[in-house]
Parts: sequence; structure tokens; C-alpha cells
Amino acid sequence: MADLTTNFLGISSPNPFWLASAPPTDKEYNVRRAFDAGWGGVVWKTLGAEGPPVVNVNGPRYGVIYGADRRVLGINNIELITDRPLETNLEEMARVKADYPDRALIASIMVPCDEASWKAILPRVAETGCDGIELNFGCPHGMSERGMGAAVGQVPEYIEMVTRWCKQYYDKPVIVKLTPNITDIRYPARAAKNGGADAVSLINTISSITSVNLDDFSPEPSIDGKGSHGGYCGPAVKPIAMNMVAEIARDPETHGLPISGIGGVTTWRDAAEFISLGCGNVQVCTAAMTYGFKIVEEMKRGLSEWMDQKGYASIDDFKGRAVPNVTDWQYLNLNYITKARIDQEACIKCGRCYAACEDTSHQAIWMHEGRVFEVNDAECVACNLCIDVCPVENCITMERLAPGTIDPRTGREVPAEYGNWTQHPNNPMAKAAE
Amino acid sequence: MTSPLTPGLAAGRLDTETLARNFDDLHAPYDAHEARVAADRCYFCHDAPCTIACPTEIDIPLFIRQIATGQPEAAGRTIFEQNILGGICARVCPTETLCEEACVRMTAEEKPVEIGRLQRYATDSVMARQDHPFARAAETGKRIAVVGAGPAGLSCAHRLAMKGHSVDLFDAKPKPGGLNEYGIATYKATNGFAGREVDWLMQIGGITLHTGKALGTDLSLDTLTAEYDAVFLGMGLGAVNALTCDGNDREGVADAVDFIAELRQASDLTTLPIGRNVVVIGGGMTAVDAAVQAKLLGAQNVTLAYRRSRARMGASEYEQDLAASKGVTILTNVVPVAIHGNGAVREIELEYTVEDGGTLQGTGETVRLPADQIFRAIGQTLVAPQGPELERGKIKVTETGRTSMEGVWAGGDCTPGEDLTVVAVAEGRDAAEDIHAALMR
Repeated sequence: MADLTTNFLGISSPNPFWLASAPPTDKEYNVRRAFDAGWGGVVWKTLGAEGPPVVNVNGPRYGVIYGADRRVLGINNIELITDRPLETNLEEMARVKADYPDRALIASIMVPCDEASWKAILPRVAETGCDGIELNFGCPHGMSERGMGAAVGQVPEYIEMVTRWCKQYYDKPVIVKLTPNITDIRYPARAAKNGGADAVSLINTISSITSVNLDDFSPEPSIDGKGSHGGYCGPAVKPIAMNMVAEIARDPETHGLPISGIGGVTTWRDAAEFISLGCGNVQVCTAAMTYGFKIVEEMKRGLSEWMDQKGYASIDDFKGRAVPNVTDWQYLNLNYITKARIDQEACIKCGRCYAACEDTSHQAIWMHEGRVFEVNDAECVACNLCIDVCPVENCITMERLAPGTIDPRTGREVPAEYGNWTQHPNNPMAKAAE
Repeated sequence: MTSPLTPGLAAGRLDTETLARNFDDLHAPYDAHEARVAADRCYFCHDAPCTIACPTEIDIPLFIRQIATGQPEAAGRTIFEQNILGGICARVCPTETLCEEACVRMTAEEKPVEIGRLQRYATDSVMARQDHPFARAAETGKRIAVVGAGPAGLSCAHRLAMKGHSVDLFDAKPKPGGLNEYGIATYKATNGFAGREVDWLMQIGGITLHTGKALGTDLSLDTLTAEYDAVFLGMGLGAVNALTCDGNDREGVADAVDFIAELRQASDLTTLPIGRNVVVIGGGMTAVDAAVQAKLLGAQNVTLAYRRSRARMGASEYEQDLAASKGVTILTNVVPVAIHGNGAVREIELEYTVEDGGTLQGTGETVRLPADQIFRAIGQTLVAPQGPELERGKIKVTETGRTSMEGVWAGGDCTPGEDLTVVAVAEGRDAAEDIHAALMR
């Protein structure tokens, strides 16, 4: 059995599955249930400054995007940070940490962007015995209007400044949670590193409107006929999150900076993918909100099973293995030539590949008598759309043309050697490849 | 109080509640949730095989997607554009040999998208509002006689009326609907659906219904052709094939079609007599409908006796399984040789058969089954009108329904081709389009 134990910034947890700072981690009751269900760690719902607690809306907080059969693909929310008194949260955190010493407990914090506010809260958080803090520079709704959350995360200078205060007034690990609502994720990540952050976690939620009510023309979730952008999360955001994680992992300035991966982790496979892109662990919210805490059981068993099959004894054995394979377009091998192949035995003859190719791609699939679909190599550019829309897994595959054979589309021989855009004759900037 | 064990013919073998349950919808209609779940399974195939398999060529992927995107009424309209009797077709079509057999999910999982039930959901959604989704074009001044208010005639009349023509719709029976009203198992069209569908269809306007008017007795084709701009014949098959064995005139021997019609028209099923031991001769849909309903009425033993092998039965495998699940015994490779009894039927004697290169031969071995009631379901034939040329006993037509007589079109069971409601609807519709084209030239 593979060992799922993770050591992230010196914080040990029995598995890499942490619950993200979010509604599921707002109270002792929920967190105890989560630990009893087997979650490796919890980032407690974001704490605010001492004083009157924040106020939430009293109408719907969540909007949703469904796939087929009402599968939740994405949820957005307009809930703010914890609306319970700071002292209550701190007392509960201390009790829970004492009872679950083997689990990771992280305090998420969002206070105004001044040194005094941070200096005031950090010692009190430290007293709970929690294992570290996560700075919420990400929530795009509500708090950002008050100069917190994403309003900080969108300004690298602020990130660096606040991170530095935290490292000054708190002696355990500091994780900076990044907002995806920026143009280039590398800048806030570099700022966090420069400020002394031990790690970054990403992504926080994406500014979004999930739907519009077509009777009263109010965005959802609708509060008395009005809506506000919420933070989008769930399986739909995973590709965006993974790209941002990879950008940080391969940026020379931040390479090696520990990353906690967040964004649509729903199955063991999602977790394995994030870890392969350099994450030391993952944080989950929407999957738990959709299926309950028990979902972690599938994630743990699945990851362990896959690691056993691949011969990975620990998380570190495959962590970051995909990072060297993330590159810029200009370095992709243009001499790698593939063609789609349709397995006639597996084909159920729905014709979606044909419609997609004929209408929207390269007219590279023939529809023969009897609904037999066949790829025309002379037109196939290997775009992959047929595979993407085929309902049957592995019915259509991409197969590489062997070097030395003729590509019927171009009439040219397939070169054996690697060749990219920087060397291509059509590129005016090309460097000769002598 | 009678029971399934009461000898001879007897009414009220089952109590009112049991009968009501037995003759309720074979498949309960989908609710909105079930429909959305079922609709999500459709792949929206290119040049969809289900649509190709549908005789009326309903755009099935489109209407299912309309259900999936929350517009069942729009889905219903998509269906009705191609098939104005989409409601009854959703109930009676042998989908297992048409659209659902062609569904690519059959290849994938051997479980098709449940197109028939989805079609019912969509068409019911439209009909529940009682108003009609189509408007009639301006009057053309053309008058057309449609003979037979069954699926072919209704479909033809509706399409003609929609184009602005005036239609006189004649039927020999007291009610319109044809086999939808008289010839289909009760559990396939519950709550007077056939009648409600006709009323709904007639809302298009421009159709005048004349019941109790039969071709040959009350109407003559010559008069109709003289008085109208065009004539459409869709009167179905009026005669039943005879059983040629000893004792076939004994009391208790009847036509399955009459039994089915009587059942459909009965207001109180507890008053309908049925035998304790019932034998149905035949292997088609009518035979199954009669056998299953005899069982549901409370007959103790019902046997369906068919002369060839099970694979050759006209009833689909699905229908055969339905009969078996209701407790009907299916006996194949037997032909009736004698019906015994003293006035009334008491026994039927059947001879075993073998098929030898397509020809059927008796083996000489016989079996006797107790029988109080025997239903003939060995096919129906056309009572041919004077005039149009025939082809293998049916009215010869072109692809668009033209007969050999100028100004006379025909469609449905009285013409060659499969005897299915949905085929009749397609033929009536296509003839109407051709009549319209011919009259407006």
C-alpha cells in the first residue's frame, strides 16, 4: 500500500486531502465530522478582525452550473468570511487541534491591509496551536469591495507587504492564497515569495455570474431581484487552476516554492494531476459540498490504488513529474505527426465525430454507406476534436506516423528529428538549426 | 361471485379495482424529472438513425434536446410538424423495432433512449393545454373527401385542412379514430385518449366529420370523385380472414378485432364475459392484444396458438415477452384442425407443424386444449372498392399515394406496406401534400 502521508512545510497529515477554507470548515461541528470522515487537513473558514462579525445575505448564496443529469459542474458563491465571533472560532480551533493532533489545521485570515490589524490577530491565532496560516488574498466578492481579499491579491506589492508582516509576527508556516482574477499569476506568486511566504495556495474562486433568471432578469443567486458576481469553483475551474499552478511551478523565480493545489479537485485523478504539476497537497471544497465528506474515501483509495499500480511508494515519488513537460508553444515538436484512427468494433455509429469534423473542422472523416466512419488522412490535421466529442472512450485514438513515412496531407516525409517553431523556415525569427 | 376458475363464459371474474389496475397505462407517463433524466441520454447523433427509422421522420434528437433544455411543448410541436398523431404513436408504436432499435445506445449499452415515452411526455405537454399548435392557411376553395377517420385519414385531413382546403371526413363507425379507437389494447390508450386526440386534431378547423358512412353502402367512389376536387381512401381493412377448420361456427368462436373493439368501448369491464380457458389463434399484434386482455379480464388460462415458429411471429419480441409476463402461454408450430363441443366450444384440437423450406406441414400429431372461447386473429383483408387497381389484394399506389384512378389517393392499411399506425400517418400526410400540390398547380 502506498503511503499517502504528506509533509507540507513541515506540517504532517495522513493524506494530501485538505478541506479548503470555505463553508464546510466554518465550525467545530463540521470540522470534527470532516476529520472523522478521514480528511487529512482543514483550512478553517477565514477569520476576520476582532469586532462585530461580518453579515451575510439572507437569501441564496450559491449559484450553479449543471452538466447532464444535473451533475454539478460548477458552483459560485457570494458568502463572505466567517460571520461568527473571532473568539468563538479561536476556541473551537484550539479544541479541535487538541483532539486531532495528527491532522493539519490551518487558520485562514483576512483582516484590513494595515500592519496593526495583522499584528493584533496573529498572536491570538498562534495560541490555538494550529499548524500554520493561510492569507486569504483571493475572495473576489464582498470583502474585496472593502479593500480585502482579491483587492489585495490583485496588487503584488500589497501581497509582499502583508506577507512580510505575517512572517514578522508569526513563527509557523505562512501560505499565501492567490486569486485567479488577474492577468498573470506569476506576479502575485513572486510577490508572495519575496515577502517570505512558505507556500502559495491556488486558486481562489473566479469572479462569475452563473446564470440569469429569464423571468425577472436577475443574475443568480438572486437577492431580491439583484445579483452580484460570485466566486466560481468546482470541476469547471480545474483547467484554469492547473494552468496557473503549472505557471508558478515552472517559473524560474518561483520554481520550488511549495504549492497547495485548489480548484475542482473531485476525484483521486484530479489530485494526482495537481500533485504531478508540483503541488504538495490539494484542497477540496465543491466535491465535499456536492457529495458530503465521505467523498474523501474514494479520493484516498483511488490515489493509493493508482500509486500502487505505478509503483510510487510516496507522494514525493511523482510530485512535480509533469512540470518539465509543461513548455511554451514555440518549443512543441512540429515533426510529431498523428492521425485519428476509428476503431470500427467500438464505434456505435452516432456520427458526432463526422458532424464535428465536417461542420467545424477539416472535413477529414468520411461517412460511408451503413454509417461507417473513416478518417481521411489526406485532410486530418490531428486536431483531436473527433476524440473529444466521441461518447465511447478509446473508440477514436491518435496514432503517430512513423518517421520516414509520407504524410498524405502534406505529401512530405515525416522527419525523425525534433523540430519546433523557433527553427521553422516560416518563422522570420528562426535560428538556423545547423 | 365469479372467479378465474368459474367454468364457461362469465363476466366479473375480477373485482373492479383489479380490472382498473390491469387496464391502466402499460407504461406510466414520465414526470418532468424522469423526462429530463431520460432526455440527457440522447447523443444528438448526426443524421440520426432513430429519425431514419421513423416512418414519419420525426426529428427525434431535436425534440429530445428541447425536452432536455426545458421546453417540452416546443418538443411536442417538433413532433406534430411531422406526425400530427404523435400522441397515439408514442403509445402504440412498436418502438423496439423502429426508433429505439436504431438508437446508438442499443449498440453501446443495449438500452436505447426511451424515445416513445419521451415523445409521449412532449405530446402530452402540448395537448394538456387543449389548444392547437397550428394555424390554418387561407381558404383555397378546394373540397376533398377523406374516407376513413383512422390514422391515415386523420393525418391526411389535418394536413389538407392546414393548407386551407375544406375536408369532408367520412367513417363507417359511430366514432372517429379507426383502429386507435377500436383496435388497440385498452392499456395502450387509456382515458379515452383516441377520442381526445381526434377532438384536439379537429381544432385546426375546416374538417367536417360524417360518421356512420361506409364506402360501398352509403358512399360511392364515383359520386365522391364527381363531387369533390380530390378523394383520399384510408378506410383500412374491413374484413377478417376466416378460419377453415371443423367446428369453426360453434358458439364461443369470435374475431379478436371484435373482442378488442368491445373491450375498448365497454364502460364497465366487470360486465364483459370472458372464458375460463381462452385460445387465440394467430401470431400478430392483434393476437397478443386479445390474449393479454383476455388474461387481464380474468381468464384462468390463455393460450396463443401460432402455426409457425416464434421467430416468425408478427408480434415483436417485446410484445411476446409482454404476453408471457402477463401469464399468456405461447404455443408455436400448431394449426387448428377441429373445434369440438356440443353447440358451444369445449375443446380445440391443434396439429403440430414443421416448416420445410418455408412450406408448412402437419406432423399428424395433435393436441387438445380445453377452450370456452376462441379468438381468430389470423389477419384482415380489404373490402375492395370498385375502381382503383389492386396489388396483392390492396389498393395499388405510387410513393405519394396516387391510385390508378384520376383524382383518387389512398393510404394506410388499405394500401400495401406495413400495417402500422405510424406508417398510415406518414402515408396520409404525404398524400395530402401531393393532393395539395396537384390541386394548386
